[in-house]
Amino acid sequence: MSALSESLAKDIRKTSLQMVSSAGASHIGSALSIADILAVLYSDVMEFDSTDQDYIDRDRLILSKGHACVSLYAALHHVGMISKEEILTYGQDFSNLMSHISHKAKGVEFSTGALGHGLPFGLGKAMAAKVKGEKWQTFVIAGDGEMQEGSNWEALMFAAHHNVKNITLIIDANNLQSLTSVEKTLAIEPLLQKIEAFGWDCSDIDGHDHIKIAEALSQRTSKPHCIIARTTKGKGISYMENQVAWHYKFPNPEELKIALKEIDNA
Amino acid sequence: MRNAFIDELIKAARVREDIVLIIGDLGYSVIEPFADEFPDRFFNAGIAEQNMMGMAAGMASEGMHVFTYSIGNFPTWRCAEQIRNDVDYHNLSVTNVVVGGGVAYGSLGYSHHAIQDYALMRSLPNMLIAAPGDPMETRACMHYLLEHAGPSYLRLGKAGEANYHLSQPEISPGRWLKVRKGSDKHVLLSTGFGLQIAMKLIHTDEYSDRTVYSMPLWSMEAKSIQASQIQPYKEIITIEDHLQDCGFGSWLLESIVNSNDDLMQKIKLMALGQDVCSTFADQQSLVKAFNRFT
Repeated sequence: MSALSESLAKDIRKTSLQMVSSAGASHIGSALSIADILAVLYSDVMEFDSTDQDYIDRDRLILSKGHACVSLYAALHHVGMISKEEILTYGQDFSNLMSHISHKAKGVEFSTGALGHGLPFGLGKAMAAKVKGEKWQTFVIAGDGEMQEGSNWEALMFAAHHNVKNITLIIDANNLQSLTSVEKTLAIEPLLQKIEAFGWDCSDIDGHDHIKIAEALSQRTSKPHCIIARTTKGKGISYMENQVAWHYKFPNPEELKIALKEIDNA
Repeated sequence: MRNAFIDELIKAARVREDIVLIIGDLGYSVIEPFADEFPDRFFNAGIAEQNMMGMAAGMASEGMHVFTYSIGNFPTWRCAEQIRNDVDYHNLSVTNVVVGGGVAYGSLGYSHHAIQDYALMRSLPNMLIAAPGDPMETRACMHYLLEHAGPSYLRLGKAGEANYHLSQPEISPGRWLKVRKGSDKHVLLSTGFGLQIAMKLIHTDEYSDRTVYSMPLWSMEAKSIQASQIQPYKEIITIEDHLQDCGFGSWLLESIVNSNDDLMQKIKLMALGQDVCSTFADQQSLVKAFNRFT
């Protein structure tokens, strides 16, 4: 953990809120859920060059839950890759920043939106690094509801079979999906045991604790590594936390003011 | 055709380290020479087409040219979203190689018939369809695909197809490739296995004078150069082993639908009728029974 990651997490949350509020966009709850994970990745873990998005030895990050895009756009803005001017285009027609993560934005590796695509794609990147003998790591962030997609389990099997150790899967386990909890929709627990049974090493951590996140992300095991990050959807904003409605709603100016104040006071 | 494919792939892989082959647990007695010679660039994805295609896209995003290999019915509709979003939208160099195009696996039944695959592939803006008509065209397609980055779909038959070219022809997307000189008014225009059908038709009285063209490469973009090639002829019969709906002939018709000239009346479509979907037989029997003007 660093003061930098705590500060970045606050910036990610504030910019994300401002983006969805001005654009009238959905999915702020999901974006806030992964803000701490992104903050630690960009502050303490990932190798990248903010002046060169194609820097060959950069670590690769795939946001499989593409609807949480504002959080990543905000992170990339605060580390100097996406300009303020471009951030302000969010929600405008023909912007590079579509409302699911877009590879047309600087620093974004892969566009997603349909779920269950990020892990197979990230696995392909990790395999390419192995074939070429390159040392960078691939990180994939998926949602817990997203683990209902069968393609993820195909990829889990393949990674274990080929002992692909240069990939880290982070599951944002906020236990909420489109209508209600994951548990009530289509239960996926016990996730840790299932993923371990598929041949991965698995950590189960508090996904808002920067020390735990940094430790888990830096861990390199003898198998592919999955981090189940237990998170709260809408984390940091009292009236959004654990509320399905904030998968869809965006804060009005008054609500935005309250939200920004809560972050500043946290 | 599949032997010509693997032969060309191996030759290319000897000089290019970016070439990777991922199979969907198919290719017995075809892919082994590649697997033996390049074990670090060969992967069997198992029976898991979604992961195979997503992974291929991921590898291609790191500068590899990835060839996937399976039977036509599987790595198409089963992983259509991965082809659409991961490969085509990101414009990545994945060549989706399939055997058993059309009804080549006729007696295995509808699950193994690839007769709606053109429909899927030709609706993708960056996708290049490579449907060679014989082993020589297969080699020409491989050379073209290796030299041109981007998403592609290489649709092969099985094995034992006759060769109708003495040497490897020059090909480019949307260009008609003359295979047999005949009438300057009447044309048979084939894609893929349609060439094998066309070259049998010219031994019948009705079609004996036809000029035969093959179109081994085509795409959404290649529509723009069709009208000028249709113009000189009086009648063009398209031939394919795909359903008429969203197939090659309907692609050609779409290419001229807004033409000021009366070109559409020149085109007739010979394709598989929809009743092929409810039956099975060997390839020859199915083509004979169901490949017709529909």
